[in-house]
Amino acid sequence: MSRRYAVALFVVVAAAIAGGALAALWPRWSRAPKAGAVAAAAAAPPAASGRRIKARLFYVSQDGTRLTGVERDVPYGSGTVEQARQIIEAQIAPVAEPLVSPIPAGTRLRALFVSEQGEAYLDLSREVAAGHAGGSTDELLTVYALVDALTANLPAVKSVQLLVDGGQVETLAGHVDLRSPLAGNPAWVE
Amino acid sequence: MRGQAPAQASLTVLSREGRRTVPLTISGDQDLVFLDDLASLFQLSVREDSLGALTVGYKGKTILMTPDQPIASIAGRLISLPAAPSRAGRRWLVPVEFVGRALALVYDARLDLRRASRLLVVGDLRVPRVTVRVENGDPTRVVIDASPRTGSTIAQENRAIAVRFEADALDLVVPGIQPGPELQAIRLQEPAALLLEPGPRFGAFRASTQPLETATRLTIDLQSAPGPAPTGPPAATAAAPPPAAAAPAPDRPLPAALPAAGQGTLVLDPGHGGDDDGVRGAAGTREKDLALAVARRVKAAVEARLGIRVVLTRDDDRAVPLETRAAIANNNKADLFLSLHANASFRRTAAGASFFYASFEPEVEAAGAMRRSERVPTLGGGFREIELVSWDTAQLRYVARSADLARMLADEFRDRIPLSPHPVERAPIEVLRSANMPAVMVEMGYLSNDDQERLLADAGFQNTLVQAIYDAILRFRGAPPAGAQ
Repeated sequence: MSRRYAVALFVVVAAAIAGGALAALWPRWSRAPKAGAVAAAAAAPPAASGRRIKARLFYVSQDGTRLTGVERDVPYGSGTVEQARQIIEAQIAPVAEPLVSPIPAGTRLRALFVSEQGEAYLDLSREVAAGHAGGSTDELLTVYALVDALTANLPAVKSVQLLVDGGQVETLAGHVDLRSPLAGNPAWVE
Repeated sequence: MRGQAPAQASLTVLSREGRRTVPLTISGDQDLVFLDDLASLFQLSVREDSLGALTVGYKGKTILMTPDQPIASIAGRLISLPAAPSRAGRRWLVPVEFVGRALALVYDARLDLRRASRLLVVGDLRVPRVTVRVENGDPTRVVIDASPRTGSTIAQENRAIAVRFEADALDLVVPGIQPGPELQAIRLQEPAALLLEPGPRFGAFRASTQPLETATRLTIDLQSAPGPAPTGPPAATAAAPPPAAAAPAPDRPLPAALPAAGQGTLVLDPGHGGDDDGVRGAAGTREKDLALAVARRVKAAVEARLGIRVVLTRDDDRAVPLETRAAIANNNKADLFLSLHANASFRRTAAGASFFYASFEPEVEAAGAMRRSERVPTLGGGFREIELVSWDTAQLRYVARSADLARMLADEFRDRIPLSPHPVERAPIEVLRSANMPAVMVEMGYLSNDDQERLLADAGFQNTLVQAIYDAILRFRGAPPAGAQ
C-alpha cells in the first residue's frame, strides 16, 4: 500500500470511526479496512481491565536539548494499535515536575492506525502545532518523543508519521519534515 | 586598453610612468612612426649624415639605417624591417616594427610590441592579452580568455559584474555587442577590469574558471530572472530590530589571497516571516526579525569583503514557503545555503548556538547511494548521460560537505558565541533537504532564554555573530571538498 494511499485511507477510516451517526447513515463508510491491510483505533477511554505494562516515555532533559527516557506504567492494550494508543495517551498527558513534557499543552490524540508495513499514523489535535514555541530543538523533541515512544516500545512499529487534525502537515513549527514517516532516532535521547 | 581604430591610429605606450600615445601613419598595410617621436620618448639621438644614412644612438649603442633599405644594422648585425625608412618633409618615418626588432636590442628595459593591438609595453608590466566573446542564448554566455594565464576575481558590484584581473593593464579588444535582455554592454575599467553591464532581465550569473594551455578562460553565464526577483527592496518592519546597513568592521585582517574570491553565490534564508513569527522571546524579540537583521548584516559583510553574490530568500517581513526557499537557492545555483534561525526549548535554561545539517531516513539514504541516470538525446545527435536528482532529496549528495560546514561554523563560533552542548546536529530539516548544495541551518541561540534573548537583540553581539559566520564561509570556501556523499 502506498504511503499516500495509507494516509488517505487513514483519514477516511478515522472519519468513519469518529462519526458514528454518519456511519449509520452510510454503512459503507464504517466498514473496517481490508483485513490485514491496516489496523485503526479512534481515541477512546483507557481499557478498564486495570492491567498495566511498563513503557519508556520521553521527557525533556535537564539541559533542554535532548529527551530523557523514563519508564512508566501504561494501561495494557490488546494488540499493537490499542497498545500504541495507550502509550501515546500517556506520552501526551501532562506531567508533574521535575519532568517537563515535550508535547504542547492541550494536545489530544484524535486517532491512530498502523499499516502492515509497520508505519504508524498518529493523528493529533491542532494544539500540537499551534501550542508550539517554535524553535527547531523543541520541535525535534516533540516529534521524536512521539516517534520514539512508539518505536521504542512496540517492535511492530517501524516508523511514525504525524498528522494534525486529520491531515498531512509539512512541519509543526517550520523545521522538521513531517511529509513522510520518521524512523525512531535514539540520537535525540540522552 | 587597446590602441585606437585605424582612422585615429596611434601607438599606445605603457610603462611604469603611465600611458602615452604616439601618432602612427598608415601606409598600405604598414604602421609607420616618426623617428623623432621615438627619440623623445626613449631619449634617443638621431643623426643623418651627408650620405643620407640614419644613426640612432642610445647610451653609446647605435642603430644604423639607410633610406632605401628595409634593414637596420646593430653592431654589425643586420635586422630585417618590413619597410625602409622614409622621409616625410623634414622628419623620418620608420616602420613600427623598428621598436620591437631593433630598438629592443639596445634599450635598457624590455620592449614588447603588440602589433595587432598597436600597444607597446615598456618594462616588466603584466599586460595579458584578453579576448572577449559573447554567445547569445539562454543563458547569455561571455567567454573571456586571458593570455598568459592570469588570476582574476569576479564580483557583482552594484548591478554590474566586474572581472578584475591581476594585471597592470589589459591588452584588450572590447567587442561590439548588441544590447540584450541579460547583457547590455561590456566596457573596460582602468586599469585592468572588465565591467559587464546586465540588461533589464538579468537575474543571476554563474562563473567558472578553466586553465587552458597558455591562457585562463573565464566563462560567465548571465541568466534571466525567472519572474519576480527573489529579493526586493528592504521594507521597514515596525517591530523589527534595526536592520543592519553597513558591513561590520572585520575583527581581524583578511587573508591576502581569498580563495576563489569573487565567484559563487551564497543564499541566506532568514527563517519564518509574515504571519509566522517563529520564536518570540519574553521581551518581545521575534525570531523572524532577528533572522532578517542578521541575514542583512551577513549579506553586507560577504558582498563587501568577499565580493561574492548574496541572495536573500526574503528581504522583508513576508511568508515564504519552505519549498520556495530551497528553490531560490537551487534556481540561483547557489554554492552555499545558510538558513538563519533562533531556537527555543521547553526548558528556559537551554542556551547556545547550534548548526543543523540534513538527515534522511535510512531507506532514502540507501536509495540515494544508488544514483540514477538517464540517457537523453543531444542536439548534435547521439546521447549523453544525465543524473536525475529528486527535489526532496537533493541534499543527499552534499551531506558530507554540509557536515564540514556545520563543524566549521561551530569552530568559528567557539570562544566568541555561546555554543549549545550539542553544537553540530543532524536532523530531518525540511528546508535543507531540497537544497542542491552544501546547506546548514544556523540556530543562533535561544530566544526562550531571557539572557540569550538580551544577547541576541544586541547589535554588537549580532556583529560578532556575523563575523563568525563570515569567517566560517571564508574557511569553507578555502577548504578542499571532502567529496560528495
